[in-house]
Amino acid sequence: MKLSNLETFCLILADSNLILGHRLSEWCGHGPELEQDIALINVSLDLIGQSRSLYQHIAKNGETEDDIAYLRDAKDFKNHLLCEIPNGHFGDTIIRQFLYDSFHYFLLEGLTKCKNNFLRGYALKSIKEVQYHLKHSGNWSIRLGDGTNESHNKLQESLNNIWAYTPEMFELNTPEIQFYEKLGLNKDKIKNNWINHTNNVLREATLKIPESNWGQSGGKTGQHTEHLGFILAEMQHVRRSYPDAKNW
Amino acid sequence: MGEISLEEKFQNTIDKESKIEPKDWMPDGYRKNLIRQISQHAHSEIIGMLPEGNWITRAPSLMRKVSLLAKVQDEAGHGLYLYSAMETLGLSRDESLEQLITGKAKYSSIFNYPTISWADIGAIGWLVDGAAIVNQVALQRTSYGPYARAMVKICKEESFHQRQGFEIMTNLAKGTKEQKEMAQNALNRFWWPSLMMFGPSDKDSTHSDQSLKWKIKRMTNDELRQEFVNKTIPQVEFLGLTVPDPDLKLNKKTGQYEFGAINWEEFYNVIKGRGPCNKERIAARTKAQKEGEWVKAAAKAYSAKKINRRNTKAA
Amino acid sequence: MSTNNEWPLWEVFLRTKKGLNHKHVGSIHAADEEMAIENARDVYTRRNEGISIWVVESSHIHASSPSEQESLFDAANDKVYRHPTFYNIPDEVGHI
Repeated sequence: MKLSNLETFCLILADSNLILGHRLSEWCGHGPELEQDIALINVSLDLIGQSRSLYQHIAKNGETEDDIAYLRDAKDFKNHLLCEIPNGHFGDTIIRQFLYDSFHYFLLEGLTKCKNNFLRGYALKSIKEVQYHLKHSGNWSIRLGDGTNESHNKLQESLNNIWAYTPEMFELNTPEIQFYEKLGLNKDKIKNNWINHTNNVLREATLKIPESNWGQSGGKTGQHTEHLGFILAEMQHVRRSYPDAKNW
Repeated sequence: MGEISLEEKFQNTIDKESKIEPKDWMPDGYRKNLIRQISQHAHSEIIGMLPEGNWITRAPSLMRKVSLLAKVQDEAGHGLYLYSAMETLGLSRDESLEQLITGKAKYSSIFNYPTISWADIGAIGWLVDGAAIVNQVALQRTSYGPYARAMVKICKEESFHQRQGFEIMTNLAKGTKEQKEMAQNALNRFWWPSLMMFGPSDKDSTHSDQSLKWKIKRMTNDELRQEFVNKTIPQVEFLGLTVPDPDLKLNKKTGQYEFGAINWEEFYNVIKGRGPCNKERIAARTKAQKEGEWVKAAAKAYSAKKINRRNTKAA
Repeated sequence: MSTNNEWPLWEVFLRTKKGLNHKHVGSIHAADEEMAIENARDVYTRRNEGISIWVVESSHIHASSPSEQESLFDAANDKVYRHPTFYNIPDEVGHI
């Protein structure tokens, strides 16, 4: 299926939100404290909700949001690899979340002023939620980074492990660059804002930013880590096992 | 003033349907009984998150996924409200959770049954939450203020849970042949455990009399169970499903449904830890609590540093 | 397992809409005031219940003692002259 630039753009964002929301939902019932269970679920609900409005927007020919989410294989998913990395411990989850939230926030900030009506409206609504996500994951990064020796070391390791998945969020191919320009979206500004914000927070968290800028990528072209297949197998299996079922 | 008059005054307050508040004098037995009941209730909420949480990642539509997620989140909230009510009686949440994982404290035995199909999520919402609501509505009038207030808040939020469960069951029961089978199978497995949720029969219930006198409980186990059956059977009929009880019949004279004998041997065995999932449930809680320790320690250490820095700056 | 990592308890007060007082809605555990506000938001405003939050560490609340209830509050019982209905206004004056 040939996708328009807008559809591709929406799918990258929708899939990233859905897969990360799915990951966060795995915490449900297993968080370090009840309050944190509830907080992570709130973020998960926001992200899945955002992915639903994007899927609904690009659905066509009688397709539903569920057809898009449940009937595509891993090669058609376009989420950033960062979003599919397993939860690990609470610190791993927080760092992954913080790095994505910062990207997500500055992307939406750009979109609130973009030239596409749908995306502008979508961004104006979503940015309120994501602003809170960013504050929450940032505060937790600082707390854990500057907490005990144990938590500091754990968090530094989390950061080192996931860092290679950050450059992908800013890698754009030619059609994407053209689409950004058409939207009036400044890719360099998004990236610089991300660098400044993550630097500030991670510095306050007393964490050292890894030096290597070598990154893993492929999510947007359907070349995923080994993890996505398992996520989709779990997520899609009921739906796919009963293809005749119309209503759930 | 002697102990007797305090006790009398206390009982008078309860008889007048007035509430007991945290700092009021209360008999030791009342406090202990309440701590036991509230913590058991709170533990049930958070253990209950596990069998349902199982299916969040497998929910068959995005709408079902978010509504289940929101429901299980509510349960975390309800556990939290209840632990807060319990903490006003002098037991901390961590102490109470410790009692849960060491097996000293109990929780509702229904959550020791596995959720093995999507229909179980419907059955739990409909039957288990339905049974819980019958109990909780009565508890909004419980004599202990913080517990009653927590119950009011919980009942308000719970109403969507049962409706969600019933909607899932309706879609399945009215769906394809396989979906209907899935629904019937879930009802078969959850029916009897749901009836057991109301606890032992009145004649065997150890805490009942005193709890009723103190208005910690407002209706007996058997009364609540009967109310639940009366309310639920017409819904089963609407779905076109059947309950696994050949003895069930409507008594035209009393207007009550009479039902078959409950397998109390199973009930006591599950309570004693021999249910299908007791070990998994406790293992999951133990893991969460153990792995949460470093996070809690870090946040505390950071808070202490922050206060320290603020004070140094001020000095 | 030690329990000394337990976070302190905080009381949560919500303003449900502009013009109303903050009202006590429950409690949460949190390690610091910032987390307390975030936790209160996540726990107590999931259904649009509030537009403003106060949190107070529970140990900072001072309460009157139940044993003093009578001496503190019964005295107000017979001061009927503090209530507007105590005063007679001729009907023809209308509402005051």
